[in-house]
Amino acid sequence: MTNNVNPLLQMQNIKKDFFGNQVLTDINFTLGEGEVLGLCGENGAGKSTLMKILFGMDVIRETGGYSGDILIDGKKVEFNTPFDALEAGIGMVHQEFSLVPGFTATENILLNREPCKKNIVSEVFGDRLNTLDYKEMDRRSAAAIEKMGVAIDAKMVISDMPVGHKQFTEIARELSKDQLKLLILDEPTAVLTEKEAEALLESIRGMAARGISVIFITHRLHEILAVCDKVVVMRDGYVVRDVPTRETSVEDITKWMVGRDVQSAAVGEARTNDGGRTILSIKNLWVDMPGETVRDVSLDIREGEILGIGGLAGQGKLGIPNGVMGLYEAGGKVEFNGQEIPLNNPRKCLDSSLAFVSEDRREVGLLLDESLEWNVAFPAMQIQEKFLKKLLGGFIKWRDEKGIHQVTQKYIDELQIKCTSSKQKAKELSGGNQQKVCLAKAFALEPKFLFVSEPTRGIDVGAKALVLEALKQFNRESGVTVVMISSELEELRQTCDRIAIISGGRVAGILPAAASSEEFGLLMVSQVV
Amino acid sequence: MSTAIVLPEALKKMGFPRLIISGFLLVLFILTPFVGVDLPTQITNIINRFSWNAVLVLAMVPMIHAGCGLNFGLPLAIICGLLGGTLSIQLGFTGPMSFVMAVLIATPFAVILGGGYGLLLNRIKGGEMMIATYVGFSVMSFFCMMWLLLPYSSPTMVYGLSGNGLRPTISLDGFYNQTLARLLEIDFAKIAAALHISLGPLERIKIPTGSLIAFALLAFLMWAFLHTKTGTAMTAVGSNAAFARAAGINVDRTRMLSVIMSTWLGAMGILMYQQGFGFIQLYNAPNNLTMPTVAAILIGGASVNKASIPNVIIGTILFQGIVTMTPTVMNSAIHMDMSEVIRIIVSQGMILYALTRKAEGAK
Amino acid sequence: MSRKTNLPAGKRALELVQNNAVPIMFIIICAVFIPMAGFSPSYLLNEIVTRMGRNLFLVLCLLFPIMAGMGLNFAMTLGAMGAEIAIILVADWQIWGIPGVVLAMILSIPFSALLGFICGTLQNMAKGREMITSYIINFFINGWYQLIVLYIMGAIVPIAHASIMLPRGYGIRNTVSLLNMRQCLDDLLAIRVAGVKIPVFTFLLVALLCLFIVWFRRTKLGQDMRAVGQDLEVAKAAGINVDRTRIISVVMSTVCAGFGMVIYLQNIGNLPTYTGHAQIGMFCIAALLVGGASVEKAGIGNAFLGVILFHLMFIVAPGAGAFITGDSMVGEYFRVFLSYGVITLALIMYEAKKRMVRSKAGQELAEAQTKKEDA
Repeated sequence: MTNNVNPLLQMQNIKKDFFGNQVLTDINFTLGEGEVLGLCGENGAGKSTLMKILFGMDVIRETGGYSGDILIDGKKVEFNTPFDALEAGIGMVHQEFSLVPGFTATENILLNREPCKKNIVSEVFGDRLNTLDYKEMDRRSAAAIEKMGVAIDAKMVISDMPVGHKQFTEIARELSKDQLKLLILDEPTAVLTEKEAEALLESIRGMAARGISVIFITHRLHEILAVCDKVVVMRDGYVVRDVPTRETSVEDITKWMVGRDVQSAAVGEARTNDGGRTILSIKNLWVDMPGETVRDVSLDIREGEILGIGGLAGQGKLGIPNGVMGLYEAGGKVEFNGQEIPLNNPRKCLDSSLAFVSEDRREVGLLLDESLEWNVAFPAMQIQEKFLKKLLGGFIKWRDEKGIHQVTQKYIDELQIKCTSSKQKAKELSGGNQQKVCLAKAFALEPKFLFVSEPTRGIDVGAKALVLEALKQFNRESGVTVVMISSELEELRQTCDRIAIISGGRVAGILPAAASSEEFGLLMVSQVV
Repeated sequence: MSTAIVLPEALKKMGFPRLIISGFLLVLFILTPFVGVDLPTQITNIINRFSWNAVLVLAMVPMIHAGCGLNFGLPLAIICGLLGGTLSIQLGFTGPMSFVMAVLIATPFAVILGGGYGLLLNRIKGGEMMIATYVGFSVMSFFCMMWLLLPYSSPTMVYGLSGNGLRPTISLDGFYNQTLARLLEIDFAKIAAALHISLGPLERIKIPTGSLIAFALLAFLMWAFLHTKTGTAMTAVGSNAAFARAAGINVDRTRMLSVIMSTWLGAMGILMYQQGFGFIQLYNAPNNLTMPTVAAILIGGASVNKASIPNVIIGTILFQGIVTMTPTVMNSAIHMDMSEVIRIIVSQGMILYALTRKAEGAK
Repeated sequence: MSRKTNLPAGKRALELVQNNAVPIMFIIICAVFIPMAGFSPSYLLNEIVTRMGRNLFLVLCLLFPIMAGMGLNFAMTLGAMGAEIAIILVADWQIWGIPGVVLAMILSIPFSALLGFICGTLQNMAKGREMITSYIINFFINGWYQLIVLYIMGAIVPIAHASIMLPRGYGIRNTVSLLNMRQCLDDLLAIRVAGVKIPVFTFLLVALLCLFIVWFRRTKLGQDMRAVGQDLEVAKAAGINVDRTRIISVVMSTVCAGFGMVIYLQNIGNLPTYTGHAQIGMFCIAALLVGGASVEKAGIGNAFLGVILFHLMFIVAPGAGAFITGDSMVGEYFRVFLSYGVITLALIMYEAKKRMVRSKAGQELAEAQTKKEDA
């Protein structure tokens, strides 16, 4: 790298907020031609948002754009769509595959960029009736695969491919673009076998040697050490470190990723409850939840505690409550109060006084088109026959509108839900207030045991504190055992007594809330798949 | 039940197509005296046709509530009613008794066929409407064969020459023609005669009280059901099936119940229709009622996944109003009977509007 | 495309039967019915050849929307209506024979294209339920068609010849005679082989459409259409204008259906003004499905096989019905039942398959765990 030439990419003072919620603050870094940059950080640290800004994704513009400058080759650029970014030579391989299942690798690599030949019809009716030049397509895809350095079958249909080859097809597609200067790889090794991951690292080195710069996002820190020239670590929307790889180690990076100073971290009044009776015992649980697969988890939860479940996204922490509560297909054994609860049957769990606040508010948590009253009272009505008037000797169970109104009003006051009335539709509320409605729904069941999944996702700071406080209070005052699943370690440490970290679909370890951030960090990345 | 709402927000809530249809009907009403059409007769017609069709429209409600979409499989329900009607006659019942028996016989068919239909719809969630359409066709064409092959022998129903196979149209005189309509019927002409006074044009109005009471009863039961625990669960399933499942509701069973209810109401609906119309229509006739019924509830303000009893009442009045008024009024006004064409465009346009509305597209 | 070929032969045969259950069922039905109906082979052959010439073009036009992932295009009827309007005008202008047919085809293009454009736009507004929407559009446009033909033609659009007009002075008669262009395409270059008339020119037109379809699949637009059909989001992310591509596929379908309808009508020799198009969509779709097509995958072979099997069944069913029950009406209803039944079956299989993929992953997880415990 010579100094008199502008670096390929410069990020200068990038700032971004989602409706007042600051997610990126003063991001600065540079990337030279042919350099490989490892980007790491916990979930929610702002990596994806930063990459979305760089790649010109629609969601950024729709949420009010960003401030700061992006410079490519020293020139300021502004991407309004991903196509602008592509034009400028930026390619991105997303975590979700973007491949046409019934097409061959070649057809996917050249999707919408197929070389064509003119013919008589297309002369009259326009270029879209050009015939495809299959020979040239084969040649170009072969060249791209060659460039990648990992052999995949160009003639194989995507739906027949193993998952790793799909990932390589995506990479080859980016490489087939002649203008490609910078490639963003978002957790590309998550779906690869060890051998394939090895091959990918080799391929990254090859790209760098050809002068293509790479931003490599991964939770597997040893991969960063193996292939990157420098590491950028993000936390809470800041760049906390920007160092050459050779000057660092896995321990250092982990510390930077999770480590606020241990003293400053406001660990809540965690209690030790070692002698406590086991109220819920999970044995050998597997859950088939797409993107959150759980493999062989065994976990004992003590009566009266707040247990946190943490871990990186996609490692299976969300699968545990969803599996136990019967929302996704699961196997294994779950005992509550010494009695086995059948899996795959939500009703049985609810009957045993378990309750669940889902992480998916809009799809699972709420009846968006119905009133708050319905949302709050519905499960309690259906499971426990509350808010019903029995007519004709119990033959008719009539909805008790007054009772429903009262209980809803009670929770509106207690949880400070901002709404025009208890008759307002759930979809008209803000995210934080919707979350409170979800909590009210669970509280109305008066459960003995509560699963709360990502209770603070996508809500503002004020609401966050209130929600967490409400959970704590519910636990302390009603003696309800709470299991809280969250991506935010700090939040778990503030609220919980013990924290289990899930990595690779398994329990990597259980630590008291007061344990140091580094310990948690190491557990998080220990078995990452 | 007044449709002439003045508030602008209320107008907005009504939706553009409903506004046009109400306006159109209003214009027809205003035109009547000028083109020499007798208004009381028209009103009697509308009330009559309302009493024939309202229960069929009501049959749409449970399935919409449970998220099964518009029941294009209505012919299936109608077949159940036809089986009830024809078997009742075949077994020798006459007069009002034949109606009671028709209801009783149709019920088990509705439960069994509706159950099977529900089972099928549970396996193809998301594609209900298209499949319902063709299930309706398939069942109807299967029964076309059955009407010929089943050993019916009642001379009022079978072909006169060959002695087997049911006729396409069977008169209900002597059976349950007007059974309900005549019950407590209010005939202003008779009242006038009894009181020896003249009520003027009012004398041409007749109200089929029994039919209306029967509809009111069924509508009340439907309304009441939606206020019970199970009814609440059904609405929740239609509103968000994932939510209902997480709240411990057996989604499949609830949907099944809704389909059975719809089928039974459809069977009752066709029996009501027949007692008003005076004929049983077989073979391809069941299909003729599907689109008007679906269109009626949509015109009443329902959408693909929300419907209420007022939607049923308003929709039936508006739709039947147009069906009865357009031929007479337009014929008198411009000597052109475009009613059939207008009916098609209005009803299909309404369904199309409901299907393409954006808010309902995302599921 | 690579296909797994290392399966044992028995399993492969079973899979073959499973994948082609519908055509096999129809072959069996036909095999049973043909002797019962008691038609002579030459009669059957003649009928089949005639019906192939009459229907193939119409069935083939269904392939475009399937390619674009929009399912069975129940609104192909729109093209038929466009062609009917064109033919009424041509008949009124008294242009007969081959020029009449050609003019009707050309004239049908703007009508069909406009209707196809409306249909495609509406279907884009109802993504995820294209089929039911196309089904309803079909009725909706039929209302407008009736309005035009029954009230506007003769009243506002001048119609010169009273022979095709209703006696009341406006509107078109229920049947318009096309005697002067009857089978003029079919007779062109026609040859007789063993008493079977083969409408060579019509078949040439069909062959031309087949060639076009094969060629079209290899064009950029064809490739885009297939990509859109397989995964809308991926296609969009790759920069393909999804909505436009979908509209084009529907327009192509309706325009071809318009040509097909002209071929159909010149074969029949008269135009049933208000019922001609009503059942066309249903019969063409049923025929395609009988040929082994599904909602998301259909080829030229399916169309040919389907037309042969479906129409064979159609011809022999009344006779067979009469043979079994003594009532030919039963056979007629039976064939209608089969047509509806095969569509119902195809739709159910399509929707059920979408949901079957689930739960496979769960089994794998459970297996992995038990394996580990055993070890």
